[in-house]
Amino acid sequence: MEFESVIGLEVHAQLKTRSKIFCSCSTSFGQEPNKNTCPVCTGMPGVLPVLNKKVVEYAVKMGLAVNCKINKYSIFARKNYFYPDLPKGYQISQYELPIAEKGYLVIQTQKGEKKIGITRIHMEEDAGKSIHGSGDGLSFVDLNRTGVPLLEIVSEPDLRSPEEAVAYLKALRSILLYLEICDGNMEEGSFRCDANISIRPRGESRFGTRTEIKNMNSFRHVQKALEYEIERQIDLVLDGKEVVQETRLYDPQKNITKSMRSKEEAHDYRYFPDPDLVPLDLEDSWIEEIRASLPELPHVRYKRFLAEYGLSEDEALTLTSEKELADFFEQSIALGVEPKKACNWILSEVLRLLNEKKIGLSQSRFTPELFFKLLGLIEKGVISGKIAKNIFEPVFMEGLDPEKYVKEKGLIQISNTGELEGIVEAILAKFPQEVERFQQGEKKLLGFFVGQVMRATQGKANPQLVNSLLLKKMG
Amino acid sequence: MKITKEEVKQIATLARLKLPEEKVEIYQKQFSAILDYMEKLKEIDTKEVNPLYSPAELKNVFREDEVKKDLDREEILKNAPKTDGEFFIVPKII
Repeated sequence: MEFESVIGLEVHAQLKTRSKIFCSCSTSFGQEPNKNTCPVCTGMPGVLPVLNKKVVEYAVKMGLAVNCKINKYSIFARKNYFYPDLPKGYQISQYELPIAEKGYLVIQTQKGEKKIGITRIHMEEDAGKSIHGSGDGLSFVDLNRTGVPLLEIVSEPDLRSPEEAVAYLKALRSILLYLEICDGNMEEGSFRCDANISIRPRGESRFGTRTEIKNMNSFRHVQKALEYEIERQIDLVLDGKEVVQETRLYDPQKNITKSMRSKEEAHDYRYFPDPDLVPLDLEDSWIEEIRASLPELPHVRYKRFLAEYGLSEDEALTLTSEKELADFFEQSIALGVEPKKACNWILSEVLRLLNEKKIGLSQSRFTPELFFKLLGLIEKGVISGKIAKNIFEPVFMEGLDPEKYVKEKGLIQISNTGELEGIVEAILAKFPQEVERFQQGEKKLLGFFVGQVMRATQGKANPQLVNSLLLKKMG
Repeated sequence: MKITKEEVKQIATLARLKLPEEKVEIYQKQFSAILDYMEKLKEIDTKEVNPLYSPAELKNVFREDEVKKDLDREEILKNAPKTDGEFFIVPKII
């Protein structure tokens, strides 16, 4: 029997506001414990929450960007449960009448484009963090994160494989980054994801019993956890057993999911409208103002990159996945860099350094102007591509002018035939046996000689010239 | 009775209240009376009436996204059941 999986995702995106959703505490990450707290977010008696206008603006922005219907009339609700990192005993969230509903986004799959439905987007507050002591029977609660604004974005069960789930998450994250409303950092938890997943025989239209998977902190985890869970559910069904509706935690060390709580133990949140917060009734003019402020979104830009610059689908997708990269690419092209070259350098050298240093492009000192100069040096034959790659890191990290740097370090390419001829002759004289072997047909030794000349010139010799000189002398 | 004893106990558990057995019956009666009253309200035709989500006639009450500091951590932690000067300390919850 062949099975297919049915997946729906629930994403929590932390919004990049300065202050919390219902009080004026800072949202800054990495503060000392409980420094960003006040009577409102610690749930003291008698305090009242007041909604941060920016949160509504960002929620509407996201709703519009994923083609949702914006509910102009929207209310907040209390979700009741007890946990020490939730000081009020309820989370302020939205239940009935969320701010946005019924949207979609487009993902690229192997079979082409696919629309994934978005059920709803709502605003809510984040909870705090608990650290559990070892052996002392104590838990330590830090409420800095309590009240940080979140968007919860719920997809329809339209995803049919772990690959599609990851593609959806990447597309969603990319939109949040384009809108500049979330930093998208999965490891720090500013972009979190839970998955609902079930399996069914291919062709069946009813859904199977689903499980909910939590604790996936990277795209890789999502992929691995879902793959494991699909296998687990298929094995159960093939063994004639039943899938139990439950919440399961992903364990990245063991690469398995394990049961956390079953349906019987499921929470009963007793949602009701929060009497402390008055309803929203948004003006059309404000919504239109927000619509007008939307940037060109990743999917549209992706299509334009394909059409305008002759890039491959993978190249266009990677370049447009982050606004910074795409902006840098286009600014470089405006200066006169050739698109294919710009793309190759950005996808190899730039991304390599960003990954290595774990930074974003804006944290480097690299600019399109420096990029243009560097590639210009290669084009004019002043330096070789290899030297360009060697000096790339200081140029990239410290913003050094490649023209000056190359001069100061004496890295200018030797393109003087006379000068190179002497070096080539010296090398040939040093390796008479290899010369003979080459002349007897062992042509791959050419690389060896090029390497020797490069070493002798600290990589500064013009490679084309070295090649032709070697062939001339030995031929 | 609109509500069972088990339901009363379940509600108490959700609210983290310890309910002595003799109180269960009292609450069962009271809860049922409340529900009876709700039933009575249902007799009114509200087809044309929008739900009232807030008794206040206000809407769109916002604050600007500005950071302000009201109290120092020391002041906040005065309300902690137990603290080390940095954290709220509670019985282990995992």
